[in-house]
Amino acid sequence: MTTESATLKSKEELLKKLSKPEVISGSEILLRSLLLEGVDCVFGYPGGAVLYIYDAMHGNTDFNHILTRHEQGAIHAADGYARASGKVGVCIATSGPGATNLVTGIATAYMDSVPLVVITGNVMSTLIGTDAFQEADITGITMPITKHSYLVRNVEDLARTIHEAFHIANTGRKGPVLIDIPKDVSAQQTLFQPVTGVNIRGYNPTINPNKLQVDKMIKAISEAERPLILAGGGVVYSGAHEELLEFVTKTEIPITTTLLGLGGFPSGNELWLGMPGMHGTYTANTSIQNSDLLINIGARFDDRVTGKLSGFAPLAKIIHIDIDPAEIGKNVPTDIPIVGDVKTVLGLANKTAVRADKADEWRAKLKASKAQYPFRYKDSDTELKPQWVVEMIHESTGGDAIVTTDVGQHQMWAAQYYPFNKPRSWVTSGGLGTMGFGFPSAIGAQMAEPDRTVVSINGDGGMQMCAQELAICAINNIPVKVVILNNQVLGMVRQWQELIHGNRYSYIDLAGSPDFVKLAEAYGVKGFRASNKEDAKAVWEEALRHPGPAVVEFIVRKDENVFPMVAQGSTIDQMIMGDAE
Amino acid sequence: MKKHTIAVIVNDQPGVLQRVAGLFGRRGFNIESITVGASEEQGLSRMVIVTSGDDHTLEQITKQLYKLIDVIKVIDLSSNAMVGRELALIKVYAEPSSRPEILGVVETFRASVVDIGTQSLMVQVVGDSGKIDAMIELLKPYGIRELSRTGVTALNRGNVKQ
Repeated sequence: MTTESATLKSKEELLKKLSKPEVISGSEILLRSLLLEGVDCVFGYPGGAVLYIYDAMHGNTDFNHILTRHEQGAIHAADGYARASGKVGVCIATSGPGATNLVTGIATAYMDSVPLVVITGNVMSTLIGTDAFQEADITGITMPITKHSYLVRNVEDLARTIHEAFHIANTGRKGPVLIDIPKDVSAQQTLFQPVTGVNIRGYNPTINPNKLQVDKMIKAISEAERPLILAGGGVVYSGAHEELLEFVTKTEIPITTTLLGLGGFPSGNELWLGMPGMHGTYTANTSIQNSDLLINIGARFDDRVTGKLSGFAPLAKIIHIDIDPAEIGKNVPTDIPIVGDVKTVLGLANKTAVRADKADEWRAKLKASKAQYPFRYKDSDTELKPQWVVEMIHESTGGDAIVTTDVGQHQMWAAQYYPFNKPRSWVTSGGLGTMGFGFPSAIGAQMAEPDRTVVSINGDGGMQMCAQELAICAINNIPVKVVILNNQVLGMVRQWQELIHGNRYSYIDLAGSPDFVKLAEAYGVKGFRASNKEDAKAVWEEALRHPGPAVVEFIVRKDENVFPMVAQGSTIDQMIMGDAE
Repeated sequence: MKKHTIAVIVNDQPGVLQRVAGLFGRRGFNIESITVGASEEQGLSRMVIVTSGDDHTLEQITKQLYKLIDVIKVIDLSSNAMVGRELALIKVYAEPSSRPEILGVVETFRASVVDIGTQSLMVQVVGDSGKIDAMIELLKPYGIRELSRTGVTALNRGNVKQ
């Protein structure tokens, strides 16, 4: 893979150069501070208010800058980079429209607790508040969707602000932090001195849990007859997958992982029951409803997981482990709250955890249920089924690819039919459900993990919300494999209109979409299409072998639905199982 | 719905009131009154917020406030002995003939007259919200032209540990 600027200097040499106190401009301070934070890739789009910043980047060889074709592409790419790598994703945009184009991406990252540092230019500080050209109050606009935000009014504050932003973004419950830099601040000169250590008064996330609470959990496990673990994105974000596997191995408690928790636990393990919730497995949902002890590890009891809240896990004692105390008791009353970092909590718990001895009957029952009720679909010999395509992708990549998705039916099929073995392999917008996320986030994931296969699974709807970023795949030779499951409709909306609105299909027909193969070729990306199994296998193999980016369109039927499905307002054991049952 | 009085110690930063008020707004928490001013420490402001809701709501309010980086401390004042005070300025119609009667009310309430116009008096009253409500009730018959209340500011009593 080649990029615009690739020769990264040795780290020590760089650090020495960067740490030298010198009188430099705000823009240079920004770049130095990013490098001191270990940033190796930023996604951005220049404009009037960031001219000094881009001027300082001219000829830069210290990190990659990926010029996207829309600010939305930049922020989703930064998000994909962060989710795939565990590092902070960084993007830069200009004031006004540049900044407002980031809003959806910031909200996406906020909902899924993804660490980002978002840098926006603003108009000169003397012009702020005058409705100046390309002025927008971006700190005000993004206040509800950022973990924190800064408007830097003095260049002397800039270095400290940047380091604080990285610290806040990537500690505690992670999230996006915005830094708004007026144009004059980016131009002003000041003495740059590297900041050592960040200390933010009043910001002190709880990492270490209360030991007594952990002891209570261990005791509850020994008493439980029907214990169950519900693990979420917190496991992946805190890097606790090994501790979780050890915990499950020691306690032998069956486990279900939420949409964002996929990959946090190896899917091949016999205690894994699949994903719970609206499109979860029969066994995961019924086991939640029947459990007498539910241990939530780093999940937030989202409504797509709980279904009707008043009927959720009615028999269970609830243990909730979360780094964010505000999540505990927010939706579900909790019997044993444990505030702390998941990795630390499980590390401590593993010292005393023992097998849940009273749960043998329960384990046997769930094992049988898992065998009896896997995800099912009616396959066809004459046409392509989207589930089959996902299975084919899984098989051909050995389950080891990074898979990013957009939002809708294809997202659920990907979650259902691409079981993961390791964390940071699954990039999907869970909380906000952002269409247009799937493809650009794959670009970010590929930048973070150049040696892994990155497959982006999209629908024909969402693909058209950020298709312009094909240009950057082509120009930078970013070898993302872009899958489009083309059913010619907005499938998930169609499904709800069919099942809940009595077949009244309202504005879901995507007739008029481009020829995706030609679209890819127009950008200089290889395009493929298949509408039967034989062709599908052949073109997919060819796309995988191709060293550069590729778009592969699979033509599937309009009326395929995602099952099981829990209708909104039902408890999660009231599942519509679909026609394959 | 129970009333709660909470103190929020915040960094004295631009936008901090917007962060706190915005949080209440978007999460559907109620603000009955909010007062902001300097605290005992330079660089920190003290907000006093009167809100209503059950204990679960109060717990969420506290936890969500703590998530704001600029919030240093949240104190549930009304869970302990506290002194809560509000100030009101009430401009009331007062023909010379009715003034003695109004002054009688003012005196009983240990309030004071802070301005006299040709046809009005401005009354200043300090006390807990109940006292101010009562004062307003008593002045209503004379005709209230304008009314301004500050909202409650409060501290816990001397022997309450923070």
